[in-house]
Amino acid sequence: MLTTDERERNPWLQRLHIDGPLLVALLALAALSLVTVYSASGQDWQMTERQGIRIGIAFLVMLGIAQIPLSAIQRWSLPLFAVGVVLLVGVLFFGISVNGAQRWLDIGVTRIQPSELMKLAVPMAIAWFVAEHGIPPTKRRLAAAFLLLLIPTLMIAKQPDLGTSLLIACSGIFVVFLAGMSWRLITFFIVAVGSFIPILWLFLMREYQRQRVLTFLDPERDPLGSGYQIIQSKIAIGSGGVEGKGWLQGTQSQLEFLPERHTDFIFSVFSEEFGLVGVIVLLLIYGFVIFRGMIISVRAQRTYHKLLAGSLTLTFFVYVMVNIGMVSGLLPVVGVPLPLISYGGTSMVTLLAGFGLLMGIATNRRLVMHS
Amino acid sequence: MVKQRATIRDHQAESALFARRAWFALFLVTAVFGILFYNMYNLQVVQHQNFQTRSNDNRIKIVPLAPNRGLIYDRNGQLLAENRPVLSLELVPERVPELDDTLARLQKLLALSDQQIEEFQQSRKRERRFNQVILLDRLTEAQVARFAVRQHEFPGVSIEARLVRYYPHGDVLTHALGYVAKINRKDLEKLRAKGVHANYVATRTMGKLGIERFYEEQLHGVIGFQQVEVDIHGRPLRTLSVQPPVPGQDLQLELDLDLQRYAHEQLGDGRGSIIIMDPRDGGLLAMVSKPGYDPNWFAQGISYKQYQSLLSSQHSPLLNRSTQGGYPPASTIKPQLAILGLEEGIITPDTKIWDPGWFKINNIDHRYRDWLAWGHGWVNVASAIIESCDTFFYDLALKMGIDKISEHMSQYGFGDYTGIDIAEESAALMPSRGWKRARFNEAWYAGETISIGIGQSYWTATPIQLAVATSVLVNQGIRPVPRFLQSIREGDIELPAVVEQRPPVVLNNPANWQLALDAMQNVVSGAKGTARAAFRGANFTSGGKTGTAQVRSIGQDEEYIAEDIAEKYRDNAMYVGYAPAENPEIVVIVTIENAVGGGGSVAAPMARNIMDFYFSQEQKRANN
Repeated sequence: MLTTDERERNPWLQRLHIDGPLLVALLALAALSLVTVYSASGQDWQMTERQGIRIGIAFLVMLGIAQIPLSAIQRWSLPLFAVGVVLLVGVLFFGISVNGAQRWLDIGVTRIQPSELMKLAVPMAIAWFVAEHGIPPTKRRLAAAFLLLLIPTLMIAKQPDLGTSLLIACSGIFVVFLAGMSWRLITFFIVAVGSFIPILWLFLMREYQRQRVLTFLDPERDPLGSGYQIIQSKIAIGSGGVEGKGWLQGTQSQLEFLPERHTDFIFSVFSEEFGLVGVIVLLLIYGFVIFRGMIISVRAQRTYHKLLAGSLTLTFFVYVMVNIGMVSGLLPVVGVPLPLISYGGTSMVTLLAGFGLLMGIATNRRLVMHS
Repeated sequence: MVKQRATIRDHQAESALFARRAWFALFLVTAVFGILFYNMYNLQVVQHQNFQTRSNDNRIKIVPLAPNRGLIYDRNGQLLAENRPVLSLELVPERVPELDDTLARLQKLLALSDQQIEEFQQSRKRERRFNQVILLDRLTEAQVARFAVRQHEFPGVSIEARLVRYYPHGDVLTHALGYVAKINRKDLEKLRAKGVHANYVATRTMGKLGIERFYEEQLHGVIGFQQVEVDIHGRPLRTLSVQPPVPGQDLQLELDLDLQRYAHEQLGDGRGSIIIMDPRDGGLLAMVSKPGYDPNWFAQGISYKQYQSLLSSQHSPLLNRSTQGGYPPASTIKPQLAILGLEEGIITPDTKIWDPGWFKINNIDHRYRDWLAWGHGWVNVASAIIESCDTFFYDLALKMGIDKISEHMSQYGFGDYTGIDIAEESAALMPSRGWKRARFNEAWYAGETISIGIGQSYWTATPIQLAVATSVLVNQGIRPVPRFLQSIREGDIELPAVVEQRPPVVLNNPANWQLALDAMQNVVSGAKGTARAAFRGANFTSGGKTGTAQVRSIGQDEEYIAEDIAEKYRDNAMYVGYAPAENPEIVVIVTIENAVGGGGSVAAPMARNIMDFYFSQEQKRANN
């Protein structure tokens, strides 16, 4: 494919541990982010500027992480995970409550969100654990891996931060899936979870929780309450049509009918203003990023690298899927931002840090080949 | 096994396994992207119309715009009813940083009462935070000046102008023009019944009386709409489109403001009515009813106290005496009765009777007195009209009988609505045998017919009916419909009013008209005419008939001395006149309640003055 030519054409990219195509795609997303945040914030320059600075910092973090030798990363996988768990315990006891959720920890200098650290630490640790003795892993190792995964997932779900705990669970599951967990086991798990749903519905869920699920299935049931968000979001998307209403012209978003329009619901703004044409462009960029990530993982030399790259890529996909699915009414509303587009610094930095790892893996292979 | 696999790693197998899983994952990713795309396609293409509509419903609010009410002019183009901007102090709570403090400072600055502040607080609760709330309606100039200087200290508070109906001539035109007032629930029900309530969504007032009420449809205009984009709170952001309201049509009336004002002055502080009408087409040049009131009270929102004082006043200022006042027509109808006698062959122009000063039916002792105690001596029909001899008409009426009188006088419009273009009208009463049976379940008595001969008994007529009946005389049968409207103006187009007539009075011998008119001319110019004093030295020819109606029956041996009896029992003085005699342009009907004096001495002089004024005006116009 493009590897040989590319390597010869861009030796300096190689030296900087940068994967050219991935960088272009990520920059494109960052540009779309600025354009959309400006519109979604009600043309607030300050917010757009802040988002720009965050993007800049996040890209620097990405480049920085790409320079770290992979052997070091592999070594730090488990210790980082351990630190993460300790911090999560800290959150559980000493965390700061914001909007009814306890996610932050004050470490004197600044506040940190340990769950963000775990987004990287979990796939690193699980990949290290699973890959240590080759794949496919044994059943015991698999069971141990699941236990390892269960600790942070439950702790984060308890904060409560359903979105993040879902993403972290996925990142771990992707590792074991890519590591070749047997199809029989996979089928068993799917059936087990499937049969658990009726029990959950009938015996474990409270009435208000059932109502919430029913509202998800039919938002018009409660158009002014919890169904409001999703109805307004669908109106925004649907009214955008093929060509969209034009940048800054989205009435649903500009007139504040859309809630959380610069964060979780930014995709609705984007769809309203740029229409199906814009959506196709965005999906193509996302698709390219994911495709590129999978290529990198397949080409990686070491299993650990493969698992980590694959898991990070697929988790990124889950971000895209859950966010777009929820704002367009396919999935229930859980707090997952649209990756690299939504306003907000933390997820931006974490995501690009992940891509830093991916770039390190991508360029590491070539360095090996050179030597 | 475990150890072996740990030590001897088959990297190629691991890579292949991973690759298979990776490609499988990529396949799933592609499938999910397909689902996401299909869903977006469904929302943005298939269901686009639906969501487009809902998006517009969200953001577009229709704001109705009230049309400007049509103006009303007199025949010379003088403005009678206009729309004036009224300044009010309005406040947008959302834009006021410290509401309580601002209110306190405004209260001090403009000397507002605690009650006004309280009223504002009440209306504020009914409005959204970003809507204007009226703090003070109708600012005085001093208040405007005081506020204007310090406006910068009051962000969110501003002086706003809106249009309010204003009647510059106040009570001069009240009963003709009527007024507009706030639309109440009853009005809304009526509008809804008519199916026009949608046109009134933005309108605050509507015509409640007089011409304002009668021509409401023409004056109101057509509502306009503004499409406004709003945000989620309903806060208006920008105007998308405007369908401007169509202003109401302007009315030009037959009324002559100067004549109206003059007639208004003539009545002075007395109670009564003056009507000046063109007999040829029914055009009303003036119509005054006193006492009146300022219609602006209603247009600007009358207070309960003010309204109660109008309602409870014993002088009934709310009554339009010209069209609703039922007065005994008294001697003013003698010419019409004379014509009936001549037509029926009961009398001839030469028939003479002896008037001793009273009349009595054979065998019955009751004497019907003539107003001239010592009698008029020998009188024929002409002199009976000129001198207003009662005895002659007692005799005539008795001979004709109530049936003929009732039937004939109905042809002049007595006992029926004239069809004037205001809704406040009474049919008054033209009594008949059938009416009395229905009303009292009693037979008609001959004695009652005798009183009918001098326009008394049960007979009542409104001044506007007298104007019509007098017009029939001067038109020699043609009966016009009284009318205020001259034309409706819409832009440059002028639509003249429809001139209506009712079935004419047709005589077998049209010469009888002339006999009656000649006699009426002699009322003002003959040596014995009852209005000769009033019309002495007039530089125009005219005809007329005086009338003095008893409000209370006088005892057989009692003498009527106006000064001695309570005001409300005094006689009503009336005069019906027309001029010029040869080709009448106006009929003038003067009705004075409880006057000190009769038709000849009180009402006729007013009619003379009015005619003087009319012809001097005409002269002035001719000179110009």
